Amino acid sequence: MADLKLDQIRKSYGAVDVLHGIDLDVKDGEFVVFVGPSGCGKSTLLRIIAGLEDITGGDLMIDGDIVNNKTPKDRGIAMVFQSYALYPHMTVYKNMAFGLKLAKTDKSALDQRVRAAASTLQLDNLLDRRPSELSGGQRQRVAIGRAIVRQPKVFLFDEPLSNLDAALRVQTRIEIAKLHQKLKSTIVYVTHDQIEAMTLADKIVVMNAGRVEQVGSPMTLYHHPKTRFVAGFIGSPAMNFTRVKITATGAETVTVEMPGGGTAILPFAVPAGQVGKEVELGIRPEHLELNRDGDLPVTGEVEVVEKLGDSTYLYVGLPNGDRVTLRAPGHSRVKIGEKVTAAADGGAAHLFDENGKAFTKVNCPAEYSADE
Amino acid sequence: MALNVRKDHASRAVIVHAVLLSYTLIALYPVFLIVINAFKSRKGIFREPMALPTTQTFSLSGFEKVLDKADFGTYFFNSISVTVVTIVVVLLLAAMAAWALSEYKFPLNTALAIYLAIGIMVPIRLGTVSILSLMVDLGLVNTLTSLVLVYVAQGLPLAIFILTEFMHQIPKDLKEAARCDGVGEFKIFFAIILPLVRPAVATVAVFTMIPIWNDLWFPLILAPGDGKQTITLGVQQFIGQYVTDWNAVLASLSLAIIPILILYLIFSRQLIRGLTSGAVK
Repeated sequence: MADLKLDQIRKSYGAVDVLHGIDLDVKDGEFVVFVGPSGCGKSTLLRIIAGLEDITGGDLMIDGDIVNNKTPKDRGIAMVFQSYALYPHMTVYKNMAFGLKLAKTDKSALDQRVRAAASTLQLDNLLDRRPSELSGGQRQRVAIGRAIVRQPKVFLFDEPLSNLDAALRVQTRIEIAKLHQKLKSTIVYVTHDQIEAMTLADKIVVMNAGRVEQVGSPMTLYHHPKTRFVAGFIGSPAMNFTRVKITATGAETVTVEMPGGGTAILPFAVPAGQVGKEVELGIRPEHLELNRDGDLPVTGEVEVVEKLGDSTYLYVGLPNGDRVTLRAPGHSRVKIGEKVTAAADGGAAHLFDENGKAFTKVNCPAEYSADE
Repeated sequence: MALNVRKDHASRAVIVHAVLLSYTLIALYPVFLIVINAFKSRKGIFREPMALPTTQTFSLSGFEKVLDKADFGTYFFNSISVTVVTIVVVLLLAAMAAWALSEYKFPLNTALAIYLAIGIMVPIRLGTVSILSLMVDLGLVNTLTSLVLVYVAQGLPLAIFILTEFMHQIPKDLKEAARCDGVGEFKIFFAIILPLVRPAVATVAVFTMIPIWNDLWFPLILAPGDGKQTITLGVQQFIGQYVTDWNAVLASLSLAIIPILILYLIFSRQLIRGLTSGAVK
């Protein structure tokens, strides 16, 4: 168990830069999730930590030692692959014991460790089976077991749930969360699924195009996204965005002109130089409420209704052509084509400048804040 | 509509099987002729070469003659040892070379692969004269070592080529998982890669052994001396310029089939498919 430190990690394939200087601190026992769209470099970064890819520039430290030039086995890591990567010609027991056996671990200690891992993962009855005789979920548990018996300093998970079906994914996700509570080990986990990130992580690293967009706790990212990218990526369904024009700024408020006409006064500290500029206003579907008044009113025609049982998502077309998603209660009887009005508090809004950077919200209400 | 499709399917199957069956018959018939005639008397062979042995024509004189000659045991031993040693060396070197070519990126990797592929296209017999003078210089004429060396050179290119293709198919994750598991490169090769390409190795073994077993050319040139002849060379002593002892020739050829058949059966058992299932989804 150990902490992990990335200092200006860069990676290029020939002339193509895929990682542009990544800084990151992972504390001992922390569960960190890298999340981002395909091709953002999150898997590459994980493989760099594992030692499966060379580092082009920067330093990687595990437990205070620079491990840039160390092989995977000398780094004290264990990795769980998306494809499981079990040795097909070995039984479950041998799959888990293989690495330790080569490390000349004492036989009874080895047996004990394998059986302990197997019972943690409920694999006791499967130890004599081969991978081809297991289901996907069981294979993934064996792959996790193989990592556990090595007692690594850092666990690395590369999209471990992507090959599982939806029900099993939720179940295995809970098992991984329980495992982390039990082992209290440092875990780095890569996924493109923001729900996995939100539910598992102590700390989420949102990546985009080879850069870290924001690092923070799940609730920090949800309530205080620093960029428009993070705001759009975290949360499901995604945040609604619309372009608005700043007409006036005050010390703690800003007045914007809404697309459908009318103005709204929002609690943001915006420099006076921004007056007259077009900025982006974001509001989450779950913060819009039907049939009420608020700082941010919305009126439009329902185009699509998605009933999920516990809630209903309405896709509402605005007069100016924009479309807004909003969450209504599960018992909502709104029909397609109906005209609806909804509104949100100004405190729920997010405001981003033309470069996608968020303006600071002032006097943020508790319900829209990550502070405990 | 559905009926038509099924009919089409059935008639296609009949045609395919007819072609395959006739090919099998054509391939096996000469072998069959050799074996049945080996059990006939000389008269039986010449009067009715196509007939099965009857009570009148049945005779084991060919086998008696062959087994009476004590040398025949030596010929068998020579052939088997040359073939087995060659197979072992070819498989080991080819698998290691194929692993290196498919897994490690190094300068001239592709050039080396192409150089080896050229070895498949150029027949080794073109170099007979220089091979012979090389063996003379090395003092290896009339030794089984010379045959093993030549056959290894002959078998390696194709073996490397086939095994490289198979090794490319091994999932990358599996090797990387092993590396994370602290498995050394040699151990990855012997404990993980080799078991996974076992069917390919068996195929290559069969490809390699048959031309070696059947070869007459190099034994005749490099090791024709007493006590070093292989079985194909041994058969030749019954073929004379004026008289050929057909009983003995056919009997010795029939016997020569047995060891290679046993080797084939051993390897064909390894040709199990689907060994990699369960490794990765």
